[in-house]
Amino acid sequence: MSGGTVVEKTVTIQNRHGLHVRPATQLADLAGKFKSAVTILKDGQEVSARSIIELLTLAASHGTVLHLRAEGPDAAEAVDAIERLVNSKFGLE
Amino acid sequence: MQILKGTPVSPGIVIGEAFVLDIEEYRMPRRAVPPEQIEEEVSRFEAAAAKVGSDLQADIAHIQAFLPDENLADIFAGHLSIMKDLAPQIVHSVREYRFTPEHAVSKKVRMIVKQLTSREDPTGFTTRLVADFTDVEKRLLRTLFGQRGAAPSGANLKSVIFARDLTPSQTIRLDRSKVLGFVTELGGRTSHTAILARAQGIPAVVGIANVTRDLSGGDTVIVDGSKGLVIVEPDEETLKKYRAIERNFISFEKRTADEMRSQPSETRDGIAVALLANIEMPEEAAHAREYGAGGIGLFRTEFLMFDPRNPAGEKEHFDAYRKVITAMEGRPITLRALDIGADKMVDDSAQQEKNPFLGCRGIRYLLERMDLFRTQLRAVLRASAFGKLRLMFPMVSTLDEIKQARAIIQDVRDELDREGSAYDAELPVGIMIEVPSAAIAADLLCAEADFLSIGTNDLVQYVMAVDRMNEKISALYQPANPAVLRLLRQVLEAGQRAERPVSMCGEMSGDPLFTALLLGLGLRSFSTVPSAIPEVKKVLRSVTISEARQMAQEALAFPDAHQVVEYLTERTKRIIPELF
Repeated sequence: MSGGTVVEKTVTIQNRHGLHVRPATQLADLAGKFKSAVTILKDGQEVSARSIIELLTLAASHGTVLHLRAEGPDAAEAVDAIERLVNSKFGLE
Repeated sequence: MQILKGTPVSPGIVIGEAFVLDIEEYRMPRRAVPPEQIEEEVSRFEAAAAKVGSDLQADIAHIQAFLPDENLADIFAGHLSIMKDLAPQIVHSVREYRFTPEHAVSKKVRMIVKQLTSREDPTGFTTRLVADFTDVEKRLLRTLFGQRGAAPSGANLKSVIFARDLTPSQTIRLDRSKVLGFVTELGGRTSHTAILARAQGIPAVVGIANVTRDLSGGDTVIVDGSKGLVIVEPDEETLKKYRAIERNFISFEKRTADEMRSQPSETRDGIAVALLANIEMPEEAAHAREYGAGGIGLFRTEFLMFDPRNPAGEKEHFDAYRKVITAMEGRPITLRALDIGADKMVDDSAQQEKNPFLGCRGIRYLLERMDLFRTQLRAVLRASAFGKLRLMFPMVSTLDEIKQARAIIQDVRDELDREGSAYDAELPVGIMIEVPSAAIAADLLCAEADFLSIGTNDLVQYVMAVDRMNEKISALYQPANPAVLRLLRQVLEAGQRAERPVSMCGEMSGDPLFTALLLGLGLRSFSTVPSAIPEVKKVLRSVTISEARQMAQEALAFPDAHQVVEYLTERTKRIIPELF
């Protein structure tokens, strides 16, 4: 990630059913659109936001706080986009 | 290396590969792929993944067309995403670790599931996720196995079967020549798996929670059925230690079996003693012969009730009995009428009783279910025309029950006479002695019983008022308790006085510790799991009747079970030191 910057942000899962398969798919798809590497941290566990399986193993239920971290040329855009998705409750509610 | 502790239910030590039978009975094949076949396996997996992908797409399309439920379609769309994410990781495992795709899929999903379930889950959130992952796993495995046909590569290897629980129908479908050992999450000493394992002389450990979840097919495991240990992926040192024990154990068992097979079954002073086998299924008759059984002392017939809603018909009963008669080539066979109820009811549709062990089971149940009882009696009687059969009833507690059962037998005989069907008019009809009332009043029951067979498992449980599955009090389950020994002596004496043959078919009769004592009390017919026959024979061939009587007298003089066991251990050690 040459010339990349690091952007970090904290979000809270607000949709009732948590980060289950469908929202995790949306998140992974979204993260895959950026050049930056996005990781998500929770309780010391760090996963790639591009992997739906890894996202699911976070077992992030309603109210869980996630720490986003992006590194790369479009790090800020990536983090913002993901924050918007999470805050929109993944368009599910 | 991981050491798991369970309940030891069948002794012996084996080392082998794990074979996980999950609820859908998929078999996880051995994992090492020869280097030249790796790319072939990768393409096989990719083809399977593509197939699963198109199946999922088809399911989604189907749902959208016929069940316009967005959530439902979403679930499958989610599975598709999981699969797409999973696929490259599986390919990596196949290339990097030479896993078969089946093993790689299973291992990966087990890992994810383990990670998910390691957390608290108050909302049921992870439970649903686990279901999603296992669903994808099953689709992949089903497709992978589908390509390969019915015989996955692992099926030819001997392996240790791991399962949550083995149902009788699963057990019967296993190729027993390929089973090294059994490990299950559920079950106790009297579970079907346990009884079957002991009958086959296969080491088994039960009651290890979550073992199928935490383990993958192909893992190397050591099963120590004597101590109740299962060691997963053992280190070199442990492996070495157990290999040595395994060799000794096998060679001792085999040596004893080989040495004893052709020896007559008699005491040192030449008194003939019947050594018979307990069997669960007709196929085991051959096994009984291998161990030198002089006949079948307990042919359990509950296998005919695998599906209680659809019980076996007369023909199935008859064919099964004929099979054993043919296999035993004229040797005597004692068949036990269906012993259903309590723990033996394989279906939960059975009426829930508050206290099933004191409930409607054995002969009590048969007298209620005239349809089942008559079907079996017809088959038994018709089969009796072809060999030396005896029939006995389980759970008899009163004289009246035998009278009632006999009246029904007479009625069935009349029916067969009218049809012109042949049967043995002299078919001996006896009873199990496993209820204290029957044991205490054995002399009175002899009036209606042609023979007695002591079922020590239940008898000890009822005499001691101890449920042996209850860990807290299992130390009170004492076959060597003076109360039990006195009662056994009483039953044997009652049989002798009434000139009724008495045999024993509980676990006690297969335990070499008790062989000389039982001989001394007057027992002349032992029925046991086939694999125990050689050891029992070895003990009885090395004592005389007067020595055995002396031992019985001394053993019965002790005030408690511990001293009896200590005494018997010390005496038996002189005969078979290898056992201790």
